[in-house]
Amino acid sequence: MSKAILYDATQCIGCKQCESACAQQNELPYDDKVAAESIQSDHKYTVVLAKEDKFMRRLCMHCNEPACASACPVGALHKTADGPVVYDVYKCIGCRYCMVACAFGQPKYEWGALNPRVRKCIMCPDRVKQGRNTACAEACPTGATKFGDRDALIAEAQDRLRQNPDNYVPHIYGLNEVGGTSVLMLSSVAFESYGLPSSTKLGDTPMPDYTFRILSKIPDFIPLWAVVLGGVYWITHRRETVSLAEGNPQGGEK
Amino acid sequence: MKIKLTFWKVVFCVIMVLGLYSLCVRYFQGLGAVSNLSDTFPWGIWIGFDCLCGVMLAAGAFVVTGAVYLLDIKRLHCIARPAVLTAFLGYVLFIVGLLVDLGRPWFIWHQLMYMNPHSVMFEVGFCVMFYTTVLMFEFSAAVLERFNLAVPLKIIRACMIPLVILGILLSTLHQSSLGSLYLIMPEKLHPFWYSPALPFFFFISAVCVGLAMTIFESSLSSRAFGRQLELPVIQELGAILYVALWVYALLRFEDYFHRGQLGNILRPSYEAYFLWAELLMALIIPLFILSFRKARLSGTWLYVASCITLLGFVTNRLNVALTGLEGSSGVHYFPKWTEASITAMIIAMGFFIFAMAVKYLPIFEDEHHGLPQDSHVTTLEQTPELARHATLVH
Repeated sequence: MSKAILYDATQCIGCKQCESACAQQNELPYDDKVAAESIQSDHKYTVVLAKEDKFMRRLCMHCNEPACASACPVGALHKTADGPVVYDVYKCIGCRYCMVACAFGQPKYEWGALNPRVRKCIMCPDRVKQGRNTACAEACPTGATKFGDRDALIAEAQDRLRQNPDNYVPHIYGLNEVGGTSVLMLSSVAFESYGLPSSTKLGDTPMPDYTFRILSKIPDFIPLWAVVLGGVYWITHRRETVSLAEGNPQGGEK
Repeated sequence: MKIKLTFWKVVFCVIMVLGLYSLCVRYFQGLGAVSNLSDTFPWGIWIGFDCLCGVMLAAGAFVVTGAVYLLDIKRLHCIARPAVLTAFLGYVLFIVGLLVDLGRPWFIWHQLMYMNPHSVMFEVGFCVMFYTTVLMFEFSAAVLERFNLAVPLKIIRACMIPLVILGILLSTLHQSSLGSLYLIMPEKLHPFWYSPALPFFFFISAVCVGLAMTIFESSLSSRAFGRQLELPVIQELGAILYVALWVYALLRFEDYFHRGQLGNILRPSYEAYFLWAELLMALIIPLFILSFRKARLSGTWLYVASCITLLGFVTNRLNVALTGLEGSSGVHYFPKWTEASITAMIIAMGFFIFAMAVKYLPIFEDEHHGLPQDSHVTTLEQTPELARHATLVH
């Protein structure tokens, strides 16, 4: 059963406990200075954005069919059966195609390092495997970030929308976007206002499909094109041989 | 002449020194220190110019070898070797550029170990590696001739046709795949450039650029090395270029028409200015020049037209890689001087090695009568009539 995180912005109080827990879990520095940073970076996998009295958390969406994993030439990123999209630093060659490919702009880079790594939320895969909650969900004092089975969380999100329709934008962000994600979001204000790409722009098609449409044709294309090229050679070559046999050395020339 | 030579030598040395300084910054302080790349804009001119344009500008080899060896257009034979040399250099320098851009270049061999067949980047990397090897074999004929190594030369010549076919196959795949790289970001790349037909555009424009580049380099090297310009060859290439540009222009128009962008591309905007520059240089001006019969027959006009075409398609690749992504990323990207100096160094190295190769290897046929003629497919050389015919052709 695939796991997921449900983030309900209406319950978030902006305490940034999730940020701090995330830093601790991933052994990243966290102090007042880092807490004040309002962008994600190589040392800040998740951030709580504030707009007046409303909040929004940003983190890797853990797409069901991740663009980053499809883009990576060496398969350093992959989606696990549990739900997390994880990163194997040993394989990575540093091409940064994952960063360009990600619709949510999540993978960040260690620009100052000499052997740089791609950094992003990996949804605490070790904890998930042990059946525990992610660090952020465990730290959240209000239940705004909740960890659980994806299907159960979708049912719960739909329930919340049904019971308090006035509190929410009538949409579960991540339910169908780019084929569905393992992070689901509810909010009272438009998601785009926090820099998340709009649902209409993203569409429901998984991003890897756009490239696979072309890539999947290659195995058929190679023999076909080779035969055509070989055929062209055979025809021009044959024409030359025939005209030579007929005793006309100029005949073969075009 | 002598002063001019010294001037270019000075320019070359300055570029090399600045480039080497930037390389030191790159490897001792990291990518952040040497470039203006950031989390919001992770790909810059090293990808946009060194990789996309580098590979595109090296397309001459597969176009010309295809025309000579498969379509049997013998008149073009004399430019096959310079075209292969340009391409071989282009790819080697592309790999050099990649070693700068990759964050962990020491693990580039992982490409061969951990293959992800769903990745376009994997396909590009694999084809480029493979194709560079093919080009090396195609080019090795010149080196083997220089040192009169008859036996390996015979083997290479016997393998020429399969090598040429393999080269065209690999080129078709990776030239188009460089466009496929951008298919995965429909919501990021500006609609002026994002199109499901991107791989086709990249391939057809590579053919156009291959032709234009061959005209450009034949004209340029005839000036630089004091050789006779092969005018009939250039004219033939110009005629094919004219047709290829029309095909590309019609497809681009079709694409904009079907995606309902025709109105948008006429409306002034940041992206539109870059698009206008691109379309003007890649299509409108060259097509206008080449539409005159007189221009298609004149060496100078063909040279001018091919230069503008090249600039236009370079703009196209930079638009796809840089301009088209600025809007969605919310930042303006302009390369840092150290970043640009590495690119300049790579280009300078290309010119330098090309000049050296022309000086010491039998690249241009007419200057090396004493050496065994590279000419033609082996099987054809066996008949005496054809040997006579071959001398006629040259």
